Amino acid sequence: MKFGIVSFPGSNCDDDAVFAATETLGQPGVKLWHKSHDLEGCDVIVLPGGFSYGDYLRAGAIARFSPIMREVAVHANRGGPVIGICNGFQIACEAGMLPGALMRNAGLQFLSMPVTIRVENTDTRWTALCHEGQRLTMPIAHGEGRYTVDAATLERVEGEGLVVFRYVDAKGEPTEAANVNGSLDNIAGVRNASGNVVGLMPHPERALDPLLGSADGRVLFESVLAAVHA
Amino acid sequence: MTATPRPGDPVITPALVAEHGLTADEFERLRAMLGREPTFTELGIISALWSEHCSYKHSRPVLKTLPTEAPYVLQGPGENAGVISIGDGLAVAFKIESHNHPSAVEPYQGAATGVGGILRDVFTMGARPIAMLNTLRFGSLDAPRVRYLVGGVVKGIGDYGNCVGIPTVAGDVMFDAAYEGNPLVNAMCVGVLREHELIRAKAQGVGNPVIAVGARTGRDGIHGASFASEGLSEENEAKRPRVQVGDPFTEKLLLEASLELIMSGHIVAIQDMGAAGLTSSSAEMAERGDVGVTIDVKKMPVRETGMTPYEILLSESQERMLVVALKGHEQEVKQILAKWDLNADVIGQVIAEPVYRVTEGDHVVAEFPGTRLVTDCPQYHPEAREAAEAVTRRARDVNTVPEKPEEVDPAWTLERLLESPTIASKRWVTTQYDSTVRTNTVLGPGDGDAAVIRIRGTRKAIALKTDCNGRYVFLDPRVGGRIAVAEAARNVACVGARPMAITNCLNFGNPKKPEVFFQFRESVLGMGDACRALGTPVTGGNVSFYNENPQGAVYPTPTIGMVGLIDDVRHATRAPFAAEGHTIILLGDNTTELGGSEYLAWIHGVVAGAPPACDLQGERRLIDALLAAIAAGHVASAHDCSEGGLAVALAECCVSRESRPLGAQVDLSAWSALPLRALLFGEAQGRVVVSTAKADALLAIAKAHEVRATVIGMVRSASAGLIITVGTRTIRAKTASLSEAFHGALPRAMQRAAAEVVERDPALAGGTR
Repeated sequence: MKFGIVSFPGSNCDDDAVFAATETLGQPGVKLWHKSHDLEGCDVIVLPGGFSYGDYLRAGAIARFSPIMREVAVHANRGGPVIGICNGFQIACEAGMLPGALMRNAGLQFLSMPVTIRVENTDTRWTALCHEGQRLTMPIAHGEGRYTVDAATLERVEGEGLVVFRYVDAKGEPTEAANVNGSLDNIAGVRNASGNVVGLMPHPERALDPLLGSADGRVLFESVLAAVHA
Repeated sequence: MTATPRPGDPVITPALVAEHGLTADEFERLRAMLGREPTFTELGIISALWSEHCSYKHSRPVLKTLPTEAPYVLQGPGENAGVISIGDGLAVAFKIESHNHPSAVEPYQGAATGVGGILRDVFTMGARPIAMLNTLRFGSLDAPRVRYLVGGVVKGIGDYGNCVGIPTVAGDVMFDAAYEGNPLVNAMCVGVLREHELIRAKAQGVGNPVIAVGARTGRDGIHGASFASEGLSEENEAKRPRVQVGDPFTEKLLLEASLELIMSGHIVAIQDMGAAGLTSSSAEMAERGDVGVTIDVKKMPVRETGMTPYEILLSESQERMLVVALKGHEQEVKQILAKWDLNADVIGQVIAEPVYRVTEGDHVVAEFPGTRLVTDCPQYHPEAREAAEAVTRRARDVNTVPEKPEEVDPAWTLERLLESPTIASKRWVTTQYDSTVRTNTVLGPGDGDAAVIRIRGTRKAIALKTDCNGRYVFLDPRVGGRIAVAEAARNVACVGARPMAITNCLNFGNPKKPEVFFQFRESVLGMGDACRALGTPVTGGNVSFYNENPQGAVYPTPTIGMVGLIDDVRHATRAPFAAEGHTIILLGDNTTELGGSEYLAWIHGVVAGAPPACDLQGERRLIDALLAAIAAGHVASAHDCSEGGLAVALAECCVSRESRPLGAQVDLSAWSALPLRALLFGEAQGRVVVSTAKADALLAIAKAHEVRATVIGMVRSASAGLIITVGTRTIRAKTASLSEAFHGALPRAMQRAAAEVVERDPALAGGTR
């Protein structure tokens, strides 16, 4: 299965996502240039982390107008798997592929640390191999990760099971202390209605090797691999 | 051709010369060099190139005493960065640099542009940056101004490095009133490259085009290099315009474009337009290549109208590079830059005639004979004399400092020391830095005594650490200089790495003062002693003088940035205790030394006594023993004793990993003859606390290396707390109290700052993420 990782100007986790596809999964992985109109036959699209366009104006706000995003939308609408990680999550929200928006962290500081998230929904291409309630530890590194959405949409997001991950404590409880960036309902990641598009603030591609502290991110990539093969 | 003034150039008067920081002698030297009166543009050029920052005119003779060679050193001092081979055809480029003066007046931009500059120094060697470190020194956190500086500097470093996507993985932060008016901000960058892709900033090939790349030139940062070459005063607030403004997004594009450019083979040399901008980058590249160069400022892409040659030459606008390309490859260079939405404009040429010439269209505005514009600078050998105050302080018998009543329970003292911002957890700082991007960080901030970054495609890893205790250097520069290197070496050895080489950032006061120059000379000599003994050559660095204000100079702070090599990344060793039941062993010996300690400074406000002795051969044996034991798999954790001494080291081993604290039962009765506070809080060098499941094997290795090793206790559960027995005395501290002291101190202090920061500078409360 071929992974396409979109390189926006200012993306800085694109190499890491390529390594995730190639070194960890042993799959072909290519970078897709933001000015391109061609997904080069990729089966899976990763919108990686970073600071696309310097996050000027608003995180993800400019990147969504990149030529390649039109093709990514077509791919997503056809049911193709897409994951937005950190800045990629922000871009996916800005592009309307996912509900909600990411605001400045409640504490106003950039936060770089490992967090624990709980899998809330396994009916997605990216969590199919997880079990509900499964706890995953992986790093966050963001200044604008506070998930927010209007009340009506929140009702739909929660009601339709679109929440995929929540920040939890060591016991698996979505406490206030565990909610490091002040997200609404401790939401760390969401999906679209069809479950092929998932976005999250934590970095699964940084949690693929126990040597670096955690391999909990593998299950997301293995899920998409299994789902496409199925 | 000869240079003639432009219409509107000011008349060159002695006052104007003085304003440019040139002495009368230096001006005479300039006139003699030209054989005529200089133009205003030429005066500006020379004022920048002969500034302390660019010319090293007071430091060069002393720096020459440092060892710079080893078989694995591919590039020593004199380039944008040093480079060492790590085998497998791979090399590591690294360099540290100061941005003290800008950070003192504008902490956010000052620190951010410091990060940007050092990044460029590394990727212009053809290396992809893989890690950042920084050394920060601030005054007491009790001062609101200091809290404002800390907040701004940390955010500036974070925002820049995070955006470019280079992990900030280690460093050191210390607080002392000596840095009150002059914070130190030293940034270090480390990159990897394939040996054959190493490129040097050496202009070559007559007829080759000189190309300006990256951001356009504005009026920001003019005379930044000269600004960094004088003391700070009230007037410096007015010098904010000399501080540059950073754009990390452009830097990221420039990084990718530059590496693509270097790999493309279309260029022969590349250098950052850093301090003194276009002037120093062009003059230095010409000098290294021993060629002439001509530049037309009219061809320079500018972002403001009406800029004079003087301004264009001296601007320190950020995110710009100067490139010498192969003749006929200009289009290819432009295409690569265009892909990244950046400019590339041919502004000049390498010429056979040995001159440095600047034109504005057809008008020659500056022309210097020869190709050695930078090193033709005068060299000074200032007087060096130790200050009487240092002698007096060092001679003081600190054992007579009376104990405070609370010290009757040393656990109280221990907790207070853990709260000292110099010792306390720096998590408040490091969580603002992305330390995991690029997915190579094996040990990040707080995990071990140094950071460990794996090298992809190999089993190797590099270990990185910065260190310098300025208080030791203040009290005894020679010893302090040795300790700075020895501690950095010990720290990388604690994570399992062989110390390889250092870069240094020498932060001092005004070198024209005999007592400052004494500190400089002696500490560099001490550094050289240690580098020779430990086999770690100096591959480059930076000198920052004039870190002083009317209240006085900073502690002399020759920061060491150490690079170590781990052959097998699986041996990377953490600092905190790993598991209950492990045996705790002290490598090295305890002494009666208490001088220069954090204990004296923080608990008693006393900066006195001789700093601890530094036995360099002993340090070498200790490092060898530690590395042998780690490589044999006998070491579960290793942490050196530094500020706060043995008791603080033990407490840190118990609680530094906040999520999984442990306790320990320790017996130090073997040293019950020593004064208790020297034993617990003295900072004797050459000591490492290790924990192990294989005590006998470890003791045997230590013995074989002639290193004293003593079983001092056992790792216990957190509920047992930390119990230290010395003869009939027993000291008990609860794990939770130690943890709260260690982890709570900095957040508490900085919480007070949050409101103040908003009040002082609303821009800081917002900013980019």
